[in-house]
Amino acid sequence: MLWCPDWPVIAAGITEGVRVHGPVAVLHANRVLACSPAARAEGVRRGLRKREAQGRCPHLVVVEHDPGRDARAFEPVVAAVEQLAPGVEVVRPGACALAARGPSSYYGGEAEAAERIVEHTALVCAVEVQAGIADGVFAAMLAARAGRIVPPGGTPAFLAGMDIATLDRPELADLLRRLGVRTLADFATLPAGDVMARFGFDAAYAHRLAAGDDERPLAVRKPPPDCAVTAEYDPPLERVDMAAFAARALAERLHERLAGHGLAATRLGIEAHTAAGEELHRVWRHDGLLTAADLADRVRWQLDGWLTGSAYLSRSQARGSGRVSALTGRLPARPTAGIDRLRLIPDGVVRHAGMQAGLWGETGVADERAHRALVRVQGLLGPDSVFTAVLGGGRGYADRVRLVPWGDERSPSRPGGDERSPGKAGQPPWPGRLPAPAPATVLTEPTPIVVRTADGAPLAIDARLAMTGIPASVTVGREPPVEVTAWGGPWPAEERWWAPAEASRLVRLQLCLADATALLVAFSDGQWTVEAIYD
Amino acid sequence: MARLAEIRAAGLVRHASERAEEGVERSLPVTAALRPLLPGGSLRRGGTIAVASGSTSLLFALLAEASTAGSWCVAVGLPRLGLVAAAEAGMAVERFALVPHPGPEWAGVVAALLDGVDIVVTATPGGVPAQVASRLVARARQRGGVLVPVGQWPGADVTLEVASDEWHGLGQGRGRLRRREVEVVAQGRGAAARARRVSLWPPGAVGAPASDLSRDLGRSRVSGSPSTRLLRPRSTSIPSVA
Repeated sequence: MLWCPDWPVIAAGITEGVRVHGPVAVLHANRVLACSPAARAEGVRRGLRKREAQGRCPHLVVVEHDPGRDARAFEPVVAAVEQLAPGVEVVRPGACALAARGPSSYYGGEAEAAERIVEHTALVCAVEVQAGIADGVFAAMLAARAGRIVPPGGTPAFLAGMDIATLDRPELADLLRRLGVRTLADFATLPAGDVMARFGFDAAYAHRLAAGDDERPLAVRKPPPDCAVTAEYDPPLERVDMAAFAARALAERLHERLAGHGLAATRLGIEAHTAAGEELHRVWRHDGLLTAADLADRVRWQLDGWLTGSAYLSRSQARGSGRVSALTGRLPARPTAGIDRLRLIPDGVVRHAGMQAGLWGETGVADERAHRALVRVQGLLGPDSVFTAVLGGGRGYADRVRLVPWGDERSPSRPGGDERSPGKAGQPPWPGRLPAPAPATVLTEPTPIVVRTADGAPLAIDARLAMTGIPASVTVGREPPVEVTAWGGPWPAEERWWAPAEASRLVRLQLCLADATALLVAFSDGQWTVEAIYD
Repeated sequence: MARLAEIRAAGLVRHASERAEEGVERSLPVTAALRPLLPGGSLRRGGTIAVASGSTSLLFALLAEASTAGSWCVAVGLPRLGLVAAAEAGMAVERFALVPHPGPEWAGVVAALLDGVDIVVTATPGGVPAQVASRLVARARQRGGVLVPVGQWPGADVTLEVASDEWHGLGQGRGRLRRREVEVVAQGRGAAARARRVSLWPPGAVGAPASDLSRDLGRSRVSGSPSTRLLRPRSTSIPSVA
């Protein structure tokens, strides 16, 4: 059994860059689930409330629990263990079990094997694990926590002195303690039939565990088939057309290999190594399954972007598109040398036995034609040029729309976009959002304007929403002022005040002007801007 | 004769050229209020229908019915479209693709899109040369797409424009924008040379022929249900604030 102490904390450190040497606590449902040694030294314990934990350790870094993150971060550790010993069962993120017999005879003893594995994982993934060997998974887990190697047959003796709480069944442990049963040895000496009759099946199983009689065989993890394809190029690829040609061949190889396993990828990782030793890595997500042509397109776009500089990337960043979030690792700058090794890694692999066309035209001819045309335009202008919109929640009209590059997963940036079912469970209501009709033109950059009252003074609204007057005229740029015929509001929106970097406070007004235009204007920091036009 | 005009206005009579061919619909549906303005009472495949700039809701009203019926639309060079309004007008946003920044190659992009997408809406950056325009119109005709330029377009079948525009529901510091009455004028060539007008209540365009056509028929203007709605006292409801 291999066990990583405080795994949720370490996982947060690996995936989110939290400094695990300082005091860190991982919280689930406002209770501390795990904490770092530094936090423990300050008195933070498992099960404390967030406020209590912060009271004991004011500079505590608090991270929300994410089982997915724990599992993801544990994957490389398991892979590292598998390099030395096959047949690993992941008990839970942070703990894995393997049969000791094979490795111990191979490496010349249980202690040597354990040492070897611990050293290897530390070397490969910079994660500290503790190893323990005993008969059965339950006893081995306790052995790993204690860092002990229990000799064969010594398990009942090892377990005998343990507290009854180690069974990890709080109710049963509580009950047994009140009955005077305090250690596993006490519990194990009870007649099995009576335990079964009095406490039920689960307790009977716990009873067998306490006696060191854990018969359950390991449910061994089957490593996923390695489908990544690699190609070396000599001379290195310097030009886009060469890279595109290479990409096509490589993508077809990958697709063939996946199809041979009856699999298809939903994400594609592209890794390039340049002659100068630079490593570039990026993951592409895709809505639906990637075909050979899709794979080739994405590799070509990526190489195009890398070889011709990061023009698309910097542009898409400026526009704040969701693409940048798909990046992993550093932003690729223009490499200084040609690409000499290219590796495609299929990710999110699913079972797949051939694409099935829709029976009643869901994926009909028209859709297919439109898809081809849009992909072609993506080929002309780059991947971040064709979008479809996903409507999500939000108060401002610009916030409610997320533009998703064609072919990516369509998920809204904020939940609650469904107007038709406002009260649906799990859908936030977004109070303060303006009701329909929505403005047909939403300005991408809000245009500053001047709103004046009847006596010519600039209109202002204070923190209590008191207006200094009634809007009478609007001036855009140097144009002559236009009279306001009707107005409505003010409607305040104070968003994300808890995150100072993203906080916004503004007040919206609807204005009807004498030239029959209707505007949605916003007042923030003493400045009026046009947000949208009802045209 | 008057009877025939009435039947034609109701969309019951169609030109022989609009007959379905090879199982593909030759025209795409359009909301009832806009039918009198368009040749054939629909968005004819291969046609060019320009919408004057500054009337985006009219654009959405024009596309909504076809989009709901399953057609694909794409907007080129229009980064400021209010997609929430598009969805409210009845467009299917998942079938409404956007190419906000086509760059200098916009004509090539529009041509490529006309190959596969049913309705291509395009901005007309800085006036379109007649040569480029005629090439794109020919492309649309050949591929069976509908070209909808926003702005001036030489050689459009019909140009739709908002003649007058009135918002209802907003008072002096009370109420909010609720309903809007738009009078749309259509002018074109050939059969559509004479200017026609309809009034429209977007979104959920309801209306009736306002001008010459209905006068020809000797009918008064049919008022849509929204006007009765407006007779109710305007409430001063404002969005609730958390």
